[in-house]
Amino acid sequence: MAADKVDPIHQFHINKLIPIEIGGYDLSFTNSALFMVATVVVAAAFLFLTTSSRSLVPGRLQSVSEMAYEFVGNMLRDAAGTQGMKFFPFVFSLFMFVLVANLLGLFPYFFTVTSHIIVTFGLAALVIGTVVVYGFMKHGLGFLKLFVPHGVPVFLLPLVVLIEVISFVSRPVSLSVRLFANMLAGHITLKVFSGFVVSLSALGAVGVAGSVLPLAMAVALTALELLVAFLQAYVFAVLTCMYLNDALHPGH
Amino acid sequence: MADKNRPDGTGETGRGKQHEAEIRDDDLERRRRDLEASLATRRPDRLEGKDDAKAGSVAGYGQALKLSSEFIAGVVVGAGIGWIIDRLAGTSPWGLIVFLLLGFGAGVLNVMRSAGVVAEFGQGDKSRRDQDDRK
Repeated sequence: MAADKVDPIHQFHINKLIPIEIGGYDLSFTNSALFMVATVVVAAAFLFLTTSSRSLVPGRLQSVSEMAYEFVGNMLRDAAGTQGMKFFPFVFSLFMFVLVANLLGLFPYFFTVTSHIIVTFGLAALVIGTVVVYGFMKHGLGFLKLFVPHGVPVFLLPLVVLIEVISFVSRPVSLSVRLFANMLAGHITLKVFSGFVVSLSALGAVGVAGSVLPLAMAVALTALELLVAFLQAYVFAVLTCMYLNDALHPGH
Repeated sequence: MADKNRPDGTGETGRGKQHEAEIRDDDLERRRRDLEASLATRRPDRLEGKDDAKAGSVAGYGQALKLSSEFIAGVVVGAGIGWIIDRLAGTSPWGLIVFLLLGFGAGVLNVMRSAGVVAEFGQGDKSRRDQDDRK
């Protein structure tokens, strides 16, 4: 019973809410899917409701929406230039999805969608797929110039190109691992320290007095996790912008 | 900051000794120029270091996670590609060995690239031009 309470991994379990099976594939509606839907609904409802009045002098919530818009807009313009603005809906959706999913995960008993690598890898694969498809559409085979650095001796070129290709393929992996690892590690740490509070306070008066320390730590970690939630959404969006820049202008 | 004060200090004592010995003064001039040149090459690194320190331990933790994930991703992808080639071509274990090493190279490249030491994709030429401008 006590071990079950303090199990830090338990929060990442996926439960089937509505079992669905089509053609031998398990397409069940899980708690992860539920929170993805919740993320989309919360993000969309927030943006829709706060901008529906569209007053010239924005209210508090409207200015939050406008700040989010300008933040992502400036980020994209800085990284990929004005041509990159055609990707604005894509980057903005990604940023809002990751941000809202991270923030929702901070609520007790809520499931953190981004703590599963398959979700973050799906997002990263979407980014890199867009980069590759758009790069070949716009530049044709000229996109391959991305893998050929200037000023490399000819006899080293095959080796360098191979390494550049592996480096390019590793981008979605590192992008997804970074987001996933941050969320996973943060939530496990939080759970472990909260677990200390529970198990220490079961030891009587001395334990209750001692449990103040992990409690303070848990509070501090919650603040840190809030920062990490923002920071990781930002990092994800910035890197997306940088990769899109490669698709727009390969081999400057 | 501390070594920024040092060249100024030596400069002042040099001016004081100017009347005594001109040979020593030439020597000092040369040494000052060398020092200035070496300081100029070091300045960007030091500024970056200062920014990191200012941002605090959270940013340092983020940086560490970023760099390690870059490196691990390179190695993992290299090993994965090698493994797939072995599966398809039946060249086991050579594909895995060669591509693990290449993946190691790609991981190091990723880390250096995200640390800003090496040029971005397809921009090797440009960054060199920038460095020339700085000199």
